[in-house]
Amino acid sequence: MRVIKNIGEWFDHRLQLAAPIREVVEHPVPRNTASWFYVFGSAALTVFLLQLVTGILLALIYVPSAGEAWSSLQALNHQVALGWFIRAMHGWGSNFMVAIVLIHMAQVFLFGAHKYPRELTWIIGVLLLLMTLGMAFSGQVLRFDQDAYWGLGIGASIASRVPIIGPAVVKLMLGGPIIAGATLSRFFALHVFVIPGMLIAFVSLHVLMVLKLGINEWPMPGRIVKRATYEVEYHALTKSEGAPFFPYAVWKDMFFAAFILMAIAACAYYFGPFGPTGQPDPTIIQTAPKPDYFFLWLYALLSLLPPSLETPFLLIGPVLVIIGLILLPFLSGEGEKSWKRRPIAVLTVLMIAITLGTFTRMAQLAPWSPRMNAWSGEPVPDRYIHGTTALERQGALVFQLKQCRNCHSLGNTGGQRGPTLDSVAVRLTHDQLIRQVIQGGGNMPAYGNNLSPAETTALVAFLESLHPATQSPARDAARDLVLSESKPRSATQP
Amino acid sequence: MTTNPVIAPSAGDTLSRRGFFMKLGIVFNGFAAMVLAVPIVRFLLSSVDRGQGKGYLSWVRLGDVTKFPEGETRMATFRNPFVMPTDGKTVETACWVRRISGDQFQVFAINCAHLGCPVHWFPPSGLFMCPCHGGAYYRDGARASGPPERGLFEYPYKVENGVLTINAGQLPTPGDPVALLSAEKPPCA
Repeated sequence: MRVIKNIGEWFDHRLQLAAPIREVVEHPVPRNTASWFYVFGSAALTVFLLQLVTGILLALIYVPSAGEAWSSLQALNHQVALGWFIRAMHGWGSNFMVAIVLIHMAQVFLFGAHKYPRELTWIIGVLLLLMTLGMAFSGQVLRFDQDAYWGLGIGASIASRVPIIGPAVVKLMLGGPIIAGATLSRFFALHVFVIPGMLIAFVSLHVLMVLKLGINEWPMPGRIVKRATYEVEYHALTKSEGAPFFPYAVWKDMFFAAFILMAIAACAYYFGPFGPTGQPDPTIIQTAPKPDYFFLWLYALLSLLPPSLETPFLLIGPVLVIIGLILLPFLSGEGEKSWKRRPIAVLTVLMIAITLGTFTRMAQLAPWSPRMNAWSGEPVPDRYIHGTTALERQGALVFQLKQCRNCHSLGNTGGQRGPTLDSVAVRLTHDQLIRQVIQGGGNMPAYGNNLSPAETTALVAFLESLHPATQSPARDAARDLVLSESKPRSATQP
Repeated sequence: MTTNPVIAPSAGDTLSRRGFFMKLGIVFNGFAAMVLAVPIVRFLLSSVDRGQGKGYLSWVRLGDVTKFPEGETRMATFRNPFVMPTDGKTVETACWVRRISGDQFQVFAINCAHLGCPVHWFPPSGLFMCPCHGGAYYRDGARASGPPERGLFEYPYKVENGVLTINAGQLPTPGDPVALLSAEKPPCA
C-alpha cells in the first residue's frame, strides 16, 4: 500500500494533476440535477468512446479501397473471430449515438440549458450534432456496398444542384468524375481522421464549458434567467443546496452509461451487423437503395416533396435550420427555463419528433417506390378472375404484363405508388378509365403508345369488373341520357 | 495624460528590437503558410481542375451495332475511361441503349435524373422505372411521372464502322448533365 502511495506521489509531484482532477470531480452541483434526466450527455460521451474503440478495431482489418473494402467486410463478418460482433457494435453504436445526441439536445432545450450563460455550449453542441450526422453518413459510405454506392450517387445529385459551383462540388466530393476508389478513400479520411479529430476537440470544449459554467440547474417555473443576476444566483444555489458531483450525481451517469453499453451489445448480439448488402458493382442494378435509419426521413422527404420545391428545400432548408439552431440562444437567452412555462418550446419539440418519426415510418414502407417484381411475382386474386368474361380475363393479363401491378395493388399486393384498384370501377366511369389509361395524368404515365386498341378495350373491361358486389360501377348519368335521347332520333332516320 | 518618463521610450509607437523580430516572425510564417498552401490547395482541388474543359470525357466503345436489335432497348456496360488503380468494379458503368432504327440510337445514362438511382427498363409497358423515389420515363427518355424534373440523361453517340461509341466518363447529375450534351451531338437524335 505504502509503495503504491509513494509511486502515486512521485507521479503527482511531476504531473500535478491530482488537485485539479479532485476539484473537477468534486465540484458542487445543484442537488436536484442529480437526476435521470441529466444522464444523456455523459451517455453520448460513453458511446463516442465505444465508437473510437470499435472503430480502431475495425480498422485493423478493413481496407479502404473500392476494389477490396466489400470483401474485407465479408472477411470481418465470416472469417475473423468476432469480427461480426465488433462490426455490429460499431453499427448499433452509431444508431444509439445519433439517438442519444438527439434526446440530449431535446432535454437541454426543454430544460432551458441553452440560455445565458451557456449559449456557446449549445452552439458547440449543434456543431457536435452535425459532426455526429457526418460520421453516420460517412460510416455508411465505408460500408462500401450497393446502398453505399447509390447513396453516394444521391449525395452527388443533391450537391450538384448548388448553383454555379455544384458540378465542382460533386467532383471534389467524389474525388474524380465518378464514384470510385478516390471517393471511398476521401470518405475514409473524413470518417477516421478529420471528423473524429474535430469531435474530440469540440467534445472537450463542450465538457470544459459544462465544468466552468456549472451544470444547468433544475428549472423552476417562475425562476427567471436575467443576464445581470444569473451567475450570482447560480453560485448561491450551488452553495446553499449544492452537493459534490462525485459521488452524489455521478452514480446515475455511470448506471445509465453501463445500461446503454449493454443495450448496444445486446442489439449487436441479437440483430448482428448491418450488411454489407450486394457488391458495389454499378452494372448490378437489381437494388432498391435505402439510407440508414437516421436518414430515412430525408429519403421520405425527397420522395414526397413537389419536384419544383425540392431543390430550394434541399439547399436552403438545412442552412435555415442550422442558422436557427445557432441563433436560438441569442433569441431566447433570458426568461423562463421551465418547460412548464414554455408551451411553444414543448410543441416545437413534439412537432419535430412526430414529423421525423412519421417520415421515418413512411420511408420504411416506401409506398412511393414501384414494386419492380410485382407484375411477374404477384398473382391476380382468384375472386377477380372467377366468373369473368374472356375479355375481362384478357384484360387481367394485360394488367399484369404491362406492369400496372408495379404501381397499383390488387388484394393488398403490388405497388402503392398509384391508388389501389380493388374498387376502381366505383370511382371511374368507362370513359374516364380509357382516358386515364391512354393519357395518364395525376402522376400516372400515359400508356397510349404501349397499348393496342384491343389491349386497351380488354384492360378497361377488366378494370370495370373491379367493384364490390354490393356497389355498382360508376356511370355517367348524362351519357345515358344522351344515348336514350339519341335513340328515338336514330330510329326516325331512314 | 502624464507618463512615467523612465518607461516611456519603450512603450507606444517606437518599435523595440524584440517586437520587430516578433512581427518579422509572423510575416515569415505567413509567407511559409502561403508557399505550402498553394500545393495543398492544388492537390485538394485536383479532381475539380481535371474536370475543366473537355475534362474526363472521351469516346467509349459500346460494341457492335448488331448487338442492339432495332426497336429495342438493351443494357450495355462500358469501362469508365478515367481509371485509378484502386477503383475495383466501380469503373464498370451501365447504360441503356435504344436502337430506334439503322444508325439511329438513344443512349441513356443508368442514373435517374432525380437523384441518380439506377433506372430499370420494362419493355412491355415501355417505361423506365426508378426503384428509389418512383420516377418513371417513356421509352424515348422523356419524363413520364414522379419527382424527376427532366428526362433521362443522354450520352452523345456516333456509329463508326458498325461500332456504337458514346462520349462518356462522368457521373451525370441534375446539376451537371451539360458535360454530356455539350459535346458534338449527331444530327439524327
